Amino acid sequence: MMIDLTDTTTRAIHDALTRAREQMGGPTTGMVLNLIIMTDESAQYDAVRAASQAGREHPCRVLGVIARDPGAESRLDAEIRTGEGAPGQTVLLRMYGPMGRHADSVVMPLLVPDTPVVTWWPRRGPSVPSGDPLGMLAQRRVTDAAAAPEPAEALAALAAGYRPGDTDLSWTRATTWRSVLAATVDQPHGEITGGSVAAEPRNPSADLIATWLTQRLKAPFTREVSEGPGITEVRFAVTDGDITIARPDGRTAVLSRPGQQDRRVALHRRDTAELMAEELRRLNPDEVYGETLARFAVGAGG
Amino acid sequence: MITNPLRDPRDRRIPRVAAPCVLVLFGVTGDLASKKLLPAIYDLANRGLLPPGFSLVGFARRDWEDEDFAKLTHDAIKAHARTPFRETVWQQVSEGVRFVPGEFADDEAFDRLAQTVAQLDTERGTGGNYAFYLSVPPKAFPQVVRQLKRSGLSTPPEDADGRGYRPWRRVVIEKPFGHDLASARELNAMLEAVFPADSVFRIDHYLGKETVQNILALRFANTLFEPIWNRGYVDHVQITMAEDIGIGGRAGYYDGIGAARDVIQNHLLQLLALTAMEEPLSFDADSLRAEKEKILSAIKIPEDLTVGTARGQYAAGWQGGFEVRGYLEEDGIPPDSTTETYAAIRLEIDTRRWAGVPFYLRTGKRLPSRMTEIALMFQRAPHLPFSRTDTEELGQNALVIRVQPDEGITVRFGSKVPGSAMEVRDVNMDFAYGESFTESSPEAYERLLLDVLIGDPPLFPRQREVELSWMILDPIEEYWAGHAKPEQYPAGTPGPASADALIARDGRAWRRL
Repeated sequence: MMIDLTDTTTRAIHDALTRAREQMGGPTTGMVLNLIIMTDESAQYDAVRAASQAGREHPCRVLGVIARDPGAESRLDAEIRTGEGAPGQTVLLRMYGPMGRHADSVVMPLLVPDTPVVTWWPRRGPSVPSGDPLGMLAQRRVTDAAAAPEPAEALAALAAGYRPGDTDLSWTRATTWRSVLAATVDQPHGEITGGSVAAEPRNPSADLIATWLTQRLKAPFTREVSEGPGITEVRFAVTDGDITIARPDGRTAVLSRPGQQDRRVALHRRDTAELMAEELRRLNPDEVYGETLARFAVGAGG
Repeated sequence: MITNPLRDPRDRRIPRVAAPCVLVLFGVTGDLASKKLLPAIYDLANRGLLPPGFSLVGFARRDWEDEDFAKLTHDAIKAHARTPFRETVWQQVSEGVRFVPGEFADDEAFDRLAQTVAQLDTERGTGGNYAFYLSVPPKAFPQVVRQLKRSGLSTPPEDADGRGYRPWRRVVIEKPFGHDLASARELNAMLEAVFPADSVFRIDHYLGKETVQNILALRFANTLFEPIWNRGYVDHVQITMAEDIGIGGRAGYYDGIGAARDVIQNHLLQLLALTAMEEPLSFDADSLRAEKEKILSAIKIPEDLTVGTARGQYAAGWQGGFEVRGYLEEDGIPPDSTTETYAAIRLEIDTRRWAGVPFYLRTGKRLPSRMTEIALMFQRAPHLPFSRTDTEELGQNALVIRVQPDEGITVRFGSKVPGSAMEVRDVNMDFAYGESFTESSPEAYERLLLDVLIGDPPLFPRQREVELSWMILDPIEEYWAGHAKPEQYPAGTPGPASADALIARDGRAWRRL
């Protein structure tokens, strides 16, 4: 069901949501979180789609905030969607004029009570997410350094403004790699003296993985540049022979260890919906991300 | 064991991944393998939970090559996997698929199996870790286990790599774990003669279900429920597993076993144990087991089994709009069979928490609907400051844990009906777990297989629990065997009249199915 409300108020939106719920026989049961998406017209479609796909795992009220012409008169338009194959509700809020700078005043009355709040900036986010008015409402703030023109700079800025509860999709993208790397190191091996992470230029996930490995294994991991796509190879320099995990095609990796046959590992690049589903699975601060980010900033600064 | 610096307990994104290993599957041509086990393996791989090098070896009496088994696996995955099919994941799985043809009596076949897994160790680095999944009829267990011992497969080398590394061997079995106490002990003695007790994994797939694990979270992670989780507030508990289907093609297995052995002994008593047990010291296997064993030991069966138990057999009737045959007319069932397809038991638990609170357990086939639930029915308020007519429609408060289908929790309580009069009626507050989480929450077998490969035992019942359950059921089965045939109930109805009488004697009624 779609409801369009033009030049409206939060009260009217709230009433419409309640009415929609009553008419649909209560599709809001079990909503587990509020997801605020700070977006613009060009990015809203993909972001909301990813959010509602992630919403299958985490039924939520999605509040898409789109700031329009700041020079116009203050006005609020809303587009409500419920029950389109996904649990939860989606509200797109288009804010005109000065209202755009006070988006939090519009969003706050529309949050599902007693339910955590996550704010997501699919495009450029603030460098201090917790300082943003809509970030302040959230216990989890999701940015995406990869969307910035210079991701490494964006990461360094995020590190400077880091507060527990911040997280970045470039770190989420690293999870499948980190999982394979951890499983690799689980196996008996010689002493790891260092290594490298190869990826296309401007890949913040590779930067974070290299930092994470350096920090955890207490051995230097360098960042190499390749043609991509994404991350193409991680190499462990080991005293009894190097271990490599190479993924030239963005889909299947090959694990090579000395004295063993090569093995294939499915390691596909995930879409935004999968990343958000992972991101929404836990809402407590990601301390390992915080530590890795801090270390990265030290490296980048020095 | 050396700790891996890349693993940090705070790092919850990196999943638990099993060590490289081989899963040897006996009974690959069975229903369970194609509907549950093989799809679960793929789903685990798709979620990145299987290690590189994980290998799957099928063993069956078929004149097959590796490719034939790979095809069976592929088809099973396509048809039944819960996660989307990805060619790359399939490649990863299929690389490690092997097949060994042979019969259980054939020494040479098991020697070939031993060679195959040894070869996988060198080729794919599976490190000598083997799990044997016996998805075969229990009568074949002794032979398979004997062969595993004879071929040396069951015994890991003391020191595999010269650095003191000892690979693991595990064996997985499915219910039934015997058909009475004596046979359960016999089965266990046979298994434990070959595998150490902590290497035997008994699968009760109910314990792999999210809702069932959620019982522990509900009870012990909240402050809201535990204070009322006792005889002070609970009037009685009903644990139900109702099936709408008949016995289908399982005649050979089912006849002579019956509903009580098939369902009550394992699933329902496990659900009862989780519902009634005291708080464990921690969620490790030993602490959980200790509490479950305590509660199972405290169960008291009715003194008069004539009225405290009921059993039935479905007769021809209409179920869900279809005319269906009675049990005695099913293919492969002798017309004079006394096997019950419905069983109900009234149990009490002799503990301070539960004294005087009856637990009613029932299960049956060809009942009106398919449903498994645990319902805690609460006492009525000691005093109602309303007139009697105001609360005529107020029933008992209830907390219902819906195990399947539509996993979730319902709380039922009285609420004022809008209007000028004070009128109180029952309403429901509903938490729908399944509805929102089904697509991504792991299937029970997925969780359990992963736990086997990781070697994480809390969700697997141990021999002592199995024995205690048989101690509860054996006297009842014995009584039934010496008495009249099970009462007939028409298919599509909620069970025999004697079951209704069982609960009506206490002034209570079964929940609607």
